[in-house]
Amino acid sequence: MPIAEPLDPARARRIAVVRLHVNGQAYAVAAPTHWTLLELLRYQLGLVGSKQGCDKGDCGACTVLLDGLPTLSCITLALSAEGRHVETVEGLGVGGEPHPLQRQFAERGAAQCGFCTPGMLMSSAHYLDELGRAASPVVRQQDIAAALGGNLCRCTGYTKIFEAVQAAADETCDRARALADGPGGAA
Amino acid sequence: MLRLPVFDVAAPDKLTDALRSLADSQAGARPLGGGTDLLPNVKLGQTRMAMALLLRGVGELRGIERRGDNLWLGAGNTLAQVAQDEQVRDALPALAHAASRVASPQIRNMATLGGNLCLDTRCRYINQSEFWRQALGGCLKSHGSECHVVPGGQGCVAALSSDTAPALIAYDATVEIASWRDEGVQTREVPLAELYDSDGTRHVRLESTELLVGVRAPVPGLNVRVGHRKWAVRKSIDFPLISVALRLELDGALAAGGKLVVGVLGPRPRVLDLKAFAGRALAPDFARDLGQLAFDRCRPLPNVPYDAEYRRERLPVEVRRLALSLFGDQAAQS
Ligand SMILES: Cc1cc2nc3c(=O)[nH]c(=O)nc-3n(C[C@H](O)[C@H](O)[C@H](O)COP(=O)(O)OP(=O)(O)OC[C@H]3O[C@@H](n4cnc5c(N)ncnc54)[C@H](O)[C@@H]3O)c2cc1C
Ligand code: SF4
Ligand code: FES
Ligand code: FES
Repeated sequence: MPIAEPLDPARARRIAVVRLHVNGQAYAVAAPTHWTLLELLRYQLGLVGSKQGCDKGDCGACTVLLDGLPTLSCITLALSAEGRHVETVEGLGVGGEPHPLQRQFAERGAAQCGFCTPGMLMSSAHYLDELGRAASPVVRQQDIAAALGGNLCRCTGYTKIFEAVQAAADETCDRARALADGPGGAA
Repeated sequence: MLRLPVFDVAAPDKLTDALRSLADSQAGARPLGGGTDLLPNVKLGQTRMAMALLLRGVGELRGIERRGDNLWLGAGNTLAQVAQDEQVRDALPALAHAASRVASPQIRNMATLGGNLCLDTRCRYINQSEFWRQALGGCLKSHGSECHVVPGGQGCVAALSSDTAPALIAYDATVEIASWRDEGVQTREVPLAELYDSDGTRHVRLESTELLVGVRAPVPGLNVRVGHRKWAVRKSIDFPLISVALRLELDGALAAGGKLVVGVLGPRPRVLDLKAFAGRALAPDFARDLGQLAFDRCRPLPNVPYDAEYRRERLPVEVRRLALSLFGDQAAQS
């Protein structure tokens, strides 16, 4: 559902084509040069999972992964994503199955109004990525709090969110250990 | 929703192209590092620009390397890179600390060192929406004639909230500046402390055609200790309400000099010389006296949020704690 920006000739040169990957798929998207990445995702690609909260960098509701790093799409120009890889909350689950984080958030009541949830999930997904890459992963409360330090929630008081991330992180560690122990499993 | 006004974008990948764009644009172009300061300010109608010059692709602005006795850091490094870099953590730990305490994880992934040093000044009036500001009319920084922080004040006293600036000044850092003139690249280098002016409406002494290319900091020897400390209401996201750096030069076990750099007072960090403390032992009473010096010489204003009197009382406490953390075991023993 592209938004109707006036395309008068005087402004035509201010429309650019952005080539980027979103959730693994390649796109070439026409967007006004002053659009943010969040606007491109929501209004040009219809990916409305990423939320427009404060729209100025304070809340984290618009968090996406840009080349793997948590990034605020509300203060990133669409053109800054040229040639790069974007992951949004829509890309978290695989084949209709929710991501372990999404399952834990749902089971543990980590979302109330849900407005912060997509951003929380993307920051947490990055935390799990890092954990999965660690040589000997250890789940620490303070690391979870630090990883979510740029995401505000008005509803939950954070406790349920931390619990959900902790549970998904424990699963990640178990999987990493099982892999390290090989197909025979732990002795 | 805060929409951006219409502007053009240029994304050069060479320094010369970036400098030429700036020179050609007749002050309409704005360098954009991470955009984490510039874009919110443009959204709030506080800054105007005809063109955003994306610096991300400019290779000459990247990299962190040892150059002789100095560590050189490109202006385009992100704060996350600065905070995590092994060389920075080893040689300039107070800078790594300052960078790690800026804003939030997302912002540190985006924000650049150059942008942090060229950060616009902030105050509780100017950093509001245009609609909000209309209620009081303009100010010295926004098409008006009075300051809403210091009524009757003749100058803008909005604060520089950069966390890395005090740390880098404590390391005696200099900044490398480049521009395109006479068909060539012109460069100059100035001490970081001299980059800043006391006028909050133009506190960064850069021409509109100039770019900050990098920062050079002499790696301190064993007789120098530098630390940084920040206080904000929340541990994350918040701008600093106090951001201080302390450089202690030692002669054996005693102080020989150094400097205390206090940020978030006004448009430029305040640098206090510590020569008068030469000969002092690294003991708690010395830490208290450093706190007292800060209390006597610095007067936090109601420019940033929070009670200014409280900030004033809090400053010596932060300075004392910072000093004690640098004294280490010596203070604990005495
Ligand atoms: C919610 C929030 C919290 C924040 N908290 C903090 C905090 O705790 N501490 C802190 O210090 N800052 C904080 N900031 C401000 C900002 O995010 C950081 O200062 C950041 O480092 C700015 O870097 P940037 O690359 O994003 O700057 P940009 O927005 O890209 O640029 C800032 C200014 O510098 C100019 N500029 C950028 N690069 C260059 C260059 N190479 N040469 C010349 N000029 C240049 C730009 O034109 C602009 O005027 C916060 C911001 C937000 C939104
Ligand atoms: S401190 Fe500066 S920006 Fe703030 S109201 Fe006064 S003149 Fe305006
Ligand atoms: S919407 Fe981007 S940080 Fe709030
Ligand atoms: S669940 Fe409502 S803001 Fe977090």
